[in-house]
Amino acid sequence: MTTTFEPTSTTDDAGAVDSFTVTMQVRRYQPEFHEEGYWESWTVEMHGTDRVLDALHKIKWELDGSLTFRRSCAHGICGSDAMRINGVNRLACKVLLKDLDTSKPITVEAIKGLPVEKDMIVDMEPFFQSYREIMPFLIADESQEPTRERLQSAEAREAFDDTTKCILCAACTSSCPVFWTDGQYFGPAAIVNAHRFIFDDRDEGGDMRLEVLNDKEGVWRCRTTFNCTDACPRGIQVTKAIAEVKQAILARNI
Amino acid sequence: MSTATTAQQSPPAQKKSGRGTLYRGKEGMWSWVGHRITGVVIFLFLLVHVLDTALVRVSPEAYDAVIGTYKNWYMALGESGLVAAVIYHAFNGIRIVLVDFWKKGTKYHKHMLWAVMIAWVVVFGAFFVRHMMLVLGG
Repeated sequence: MTTTFEPTSTTDDAGAVDSFTVTMQVRRYQPEFHEEGYWESWTVEMHGTDRVLDALHKIKWELDGSLTFRRSCAHGICGSDAMRINGVNRLACKVLLKDLDTSKPITVEAIKGLPVEKDMIVDMEPFFQSYREIMPFLIADESQEPTRERLQSAEAREAFDDTTKCILCAACTSSCPVFWTDGQYFGPAAIVNAHRFIFDDRDEGGDMRLEVLNDKEGVWRCRTTFNCTDACPRGIQVTKAIAEVKQAILARNI
Repeated sequence: MSTATTAQQSPPAQKKSGRGTLYRGKEGMWSWVGHRITGVVIFLFLLVHVLDTALVRVSPEAYDAVIGTYKNWYMALGESGLVAAVIYHAFNGIRIVLVDFWKKGTKYHKHMLWAVMIAWVVVFGAFFVRHMMLVLGG
């Protein structure tokens, strides 16, 4: 068998990726110039490998530098670029343009329920306030500080495996209809992070966290709309985690 | 990544006013919206129902007169709407309880919504046929 080695030109490879035009319809809020928010759309040429974030970058870098959004790692880890794409919360860096219907404009808006400061930038403080209130850190008896690591069985680790994945992007909390109308509600993200410690057998602060969440604005505000589960970019079963916390509160009170 | 060549090809940006879009929730969100609406409908009915039933304490004749005005085809349709709301609210209420307290409830919430819809069609269909026969026949 003979093999022939043909050098391939790299320009051909780059050309193999389909390019297409797409209209980005972006909800803008520029408080220095306009009191009200408005829609602005740009038509840009993009490639099949591009994500929504790439289209926003292209607009910001080549067409309108005033377009404002958060993004840090751009690879679905930091959780900075949660926004509402075609009406649902997604990370702009995880949605490929070719997976959307590019024959129609793609709408991009800020996440709902948090005060918008500029374009896609919202004030995340109410979100982090709820997160701090559920004490997202290990609480253990300091008088019995171990001299080596706290061992845990694989089964015990499994109980909260799903909720360790949270990256605090706020896609879940800002997809919740209850949170939109009642900003006092802890929201799915805070409950997910409470779940992560409540079901950790090395942690001893579970009762305190259940007490915090057994509040008028705690887990009982959840109306199981499943918007949070659908919005989570890490695939966390958010509504299931909330249901488990509800059951834990009842089991503790009985 | 995109190449930096198309800036001059792009048409100027278009601006327009208008509100933000509706959140595109799925089955879970719309079943919740339906549960809210049917809940309010049932509450409003109960309010009127308490008032008209209380009339019997004022005078039985007044009560008969008010109840008599309900006996026509459009009130019958209204009653059907009320029963439709009650049946949805009842079955979906059971679904919500199961989502919260059955271990596999969150996994099968969509299946359970389909079960709710099927049960709704069967029970409401049977009621509607019987009710209309009584109203139009009597």
